[in-house]
Amino acid sequence: MNTFLSRLNSLFAMTMTVLAGLTFCCFLSTVHHTHHSIAKLDTPSVLVRQAPDYMIGHEINDLGHMTLNIDADLNHLFNWNVKQLFVYITAHYKTEKNAFNQVVLWDKIIRRGESARLQYSRVNPKYYFWDDGFGLRGNPNVTLALQYNVIPNSGRLLNIYAEGRHVVSMPENYIKGRA
Amino acid sequence: TMGLLDISFLSDLKRMNKRQVFYQFLSFGMIVSSALMIWKGLIVATGSESPVVVVLSGSMEPGFYRGDLLFLTNDLEDPIRAGDIAVFRIKGRDIPIVHRVLQVHERDDGYVKFLTKGDNNAIDDRGLYAPGQLWLEKGDVIGRAKGFVPYIGMVTIVMNDYPKFKYAVLGLLGIFVLLNREA
Repeated sequence: MNTFLSRLNSLFAMTMTVLAGLTFCCFLSTVHHTHHSIAKLDTPSVLVRQAPDYMIGHEINDLGHMTLNIDADLNHLFNWNVKQLFVYITAHYKTEKNAFNQVVLWDKIIRRGESARLQYSRVNPKYYFWDDGFGLRGNPNVTLALQYNVIPNSGRLLNIYAEGRHVVSMPENYIKGRA
Repeated sequence: TMGLLDISFLSDLKRMNKRQVFYQFLSFGMIVSSALMIWKGLIVATGSESPVVVVLSGSMEPGFYRGDLLFLTNDLEDPIRAGDIAVFRIKGRDIPIVHRVLQVHERDDGYVKFLTKGDNNAIDDRGLYAPGQLWLEKGDVIGRAKGFVPYIGMVTIVMNDYPKFKYAVLGLLGIFVLLNREA
């Protein structure tokens, strides 16, 4: 059946096969990258208070607040198969109620071509640091880590921890009012 | 032109004997069943009821755009952590949502509740959850995105938006497979 349609079909099949092959090679060429980097985090001021989260009714929970110093250079992570980095800072800790808690405090989207040099001093978190109960006051071991999700042009979606964590000891006393 | 094509199809059909027609139907069945086997095999391997999903909204831009393809796994041993890209179902909504985990609380007994947010959204997803629902649980999750391929899902989006186009393509493919003889 040597018609126009069959030629169109083989041309289309050929195009798709070549594109798929090239895409797969692009993925293979970067599969060995470890995406390692080093971050320095610090928290110049740390507060904790009790507050009602009006988003979830009037339930009162511990609410932490800390300003962040961030210092990390992620520029070297961009190889030809990295489209975007989703960078985020998490706080993880243990409480009496929960064996594991993890809260994102801050995040940033860095697209290809943008500078991935992060240098912030005393920046406010983007998200509220709500605990699920009263486990923040006096908690001696709240660990901050910088992580990033590497979004490729095509390939694996990886979540990586940057080297360098910062352990925060939460204050023993609540502060009063709105601060 | 259409006329010429019709004639060539018909003459092709005439030249086929019973054995050949039989063979064509068998190879058609072969294609359908191997596609089904691959899909079901992926379900077993990944543990996810839907191991490949198409991104349908812009709420994760600029990471994922409409029409991008995500590969999911649903390994229950692999704990849910902040930053994971979860695909989850909400009661009363047909279409699953692809968003990022923002907050996780896990008890000693293994019970996990977590909150999500779209990268491109200003606020978390509590407004999207069912009325009164504050957290997601393990049972809501269809899978977590582990692999990414751009654009390919555009085909299914076009087909769903234009059902006539879908039937035309499926019909054409069917005719092709049935009439296309091994040379």
